[in-house]
Amino acid sequence: MASATASKGGKGNLSAVLFYVFLTIFVLVSMFPLIWIFKMSIITRSELFQSPPTLLPTSPTGVSYGTILGDSAFQQALINSVIISGVTTVICLFFGSIAAYAIARLRFGFKGIIMTLILAISFFPGVAIIAPLFIQFSAFGIIDTLASVIITDVVFALPLTVWLLVAFFRELPRDLEEAAKVDGATTIQAFRKVIVPLAAPGVFTTAILTFIFAWNEFLFATTFLLTPDTQPVTVVIPNFASQYTTDYGAQAAAAVVVTVPLVIMVLIFQRRIVSGLTAGAVKG
Amino acid sequence: MSVSAEKKRRGGFFKREFGDPERRTAYYMVMPAVLIIFIVAFFPIMYAMVLSLTDSTVVQTGPFVGAANYVEMFQNPDFLEGLTNTAIFTVVSVTLEFLIGLGIALAINQAFKGRGLVRAAILVPWAFPTVISAVMWRLMFQDQVGVINYVVNTLGIISQPILSDRVLLLIAAIGVDVWKTTPFMALLLLAGLQTISADVYEAARVDGANILQRFFRITLPLLKGTILVAVLFRTLDSYRIFDLFWAMSNRELESLSTFVYKSVRVSQLLFAQGNAASVFIFVTSFLLALFFIYGLGMQTSTEE
Repeated sequence: MASATASKGGKGNLSAVLFYVFLTIFVLVSMFPLIWIFKMSIITRSELFQSPPTLLPTSPTGVSYGTILGDSAFQQALINSVIISGVTTVICLFFGSIAAYAIARLRFGFKGIIMTLILAISFFPGVAIIAPLFIQFSAFGIIDTLASVIITDVVFALPLTVWLLVAFFRELPRDLEEAAKVDGATTIQAFRKVIVPLAAPGVFTTAILTFIFAWNEFLFATTFLLTPDTQPVTVVIPNFASQYTTDYGAQAAAAVVVTVPLVIMVLIFQRRIVSGLTAGAVKG
Repeated sequence: MSVSAEKKRRGGFFKREFGDPERRTAYYMVMPAVLIIFIVAFFPIMYAMVLSLTDSTVVQTGPFVGAANYVEMFQNPDFLEGLTNTAIFTVVSVTLEFLIGLGIALAINQAFKGRGLVRAAILVPWAFPTVISAVMWRLMFQDQVGVINYVVNTLGIISQPILSDRVLLLIAAIGVDVWKTTPFMALLLLAGLQTISADVYEAARVDGANILQRFFRITLPLLKGTILVAVLFRTLDSYRIFDLFWAMSNRELESLSTFVYKSVRVSQLLFAQGNAASVFIFVTSFLLALFFIYGLGMQTSTEE
């Protein structure tokens, strides 16, 4: 289009080469940390401390993974992360989809205000409310339970969920619900029986993004969860720096274990994720 | 308009809103989301405002002390260091992310072989949990086994260990943030670029506009909406930076958020001042958003 690389003629070959050099650098830079940390996680301790560092692993070993996967605190953290992210995703999709349906399809006077209110949360600095929430959660006795983090994660993931679902719901044809309503279905029935199944791909995309959001959350987890029994991986792994002081291989292995599932998920669903991430920004 | 007519009109409005069954259903449907947001976000921020004006501790609400906490906060060197670091971090990293992201978006806004790989390269850093990327980079900056530390030492750029120097730590944190979020910025800007019709460029080309003119007269103005949304999101995100600073530096690198966290959760001696800092972050974030929306003319319409 407007870029020089698309130009035809004599300069074409050179600019095409430059373009691919640029792309190669870009891909290498973004992938480098994951590749390097993976290398650090499969080499022996002596190779790790070698200077200059080796580029390719000379004798790969799984010792670091044995250490980290055998660590019961790490196992518990993985379970906690799965529960927190899973439950957050389900609750968010439930409240988010009914609210999004009303915003996308029904007419009511305070729609603009309510949409603004929900979106305002994405601008809301979570750190500003950790002190009052800590007091309130203590009063309710839910400090150091997964519930405390699930509640805050739901609230802060809601704008994303609602925004995406509104965009997806609006793309669906109105005729089918209208037909269902003519046949005597209520608004709720039309939503449940017609829209939800039709919107399944959009709902699925939203679920992936909400799950990633909750999986990556750190501030609320480190504030409200005080013991290893409840902490997710994002809280536990940074602490490995003091627990496994110089066992850098084990720290690298832990980072790989919690990142690889996300990377695989992202690679499988990349088209969907891109469409979800850009759904809101462009309409602006 | 007379008072009674005004009353009647308002009454009519509420009757229409809550009398009509379809509209009432709509309110029932948005109610749970709105309620939970009020209870878990808006009520606590008001509570934080109250706490910031009192001499409170985490276990007990103290007497009203006016603005004393704010005055002490602005005299606290830790807070000032956090404020300076946060401001530098936000301005430098968002500027770099925007410029590099726009460059990448312009370059890949065309059909080419290997799009899938590029998309993967964009999404991988984005999907990383920020604390985990901080841990990964810290291992690479580390002075015994870190590859980056080895390279910069060997090249003679830096002789001291990166992780024990606050200035170097801040630079490193900016680098990690740019690595992690530039691709995301590029993705948003690319989506914006793709909504600009090729005909516009063709027409400008026919009229003799060169590539710079086309960029400044067509691309930038038409991309303004997307740019403002992307930059505002990134600015507010960087402004509340916590996890990256916390996990990369063994808790030495101060930001506004780490100041709040340390005050209200770690030491708890500065609980009241921590609440003042919370309110400060909230109000300044709000002002930043208002500046983008009203000062720079960002479109916030959510209309169909």
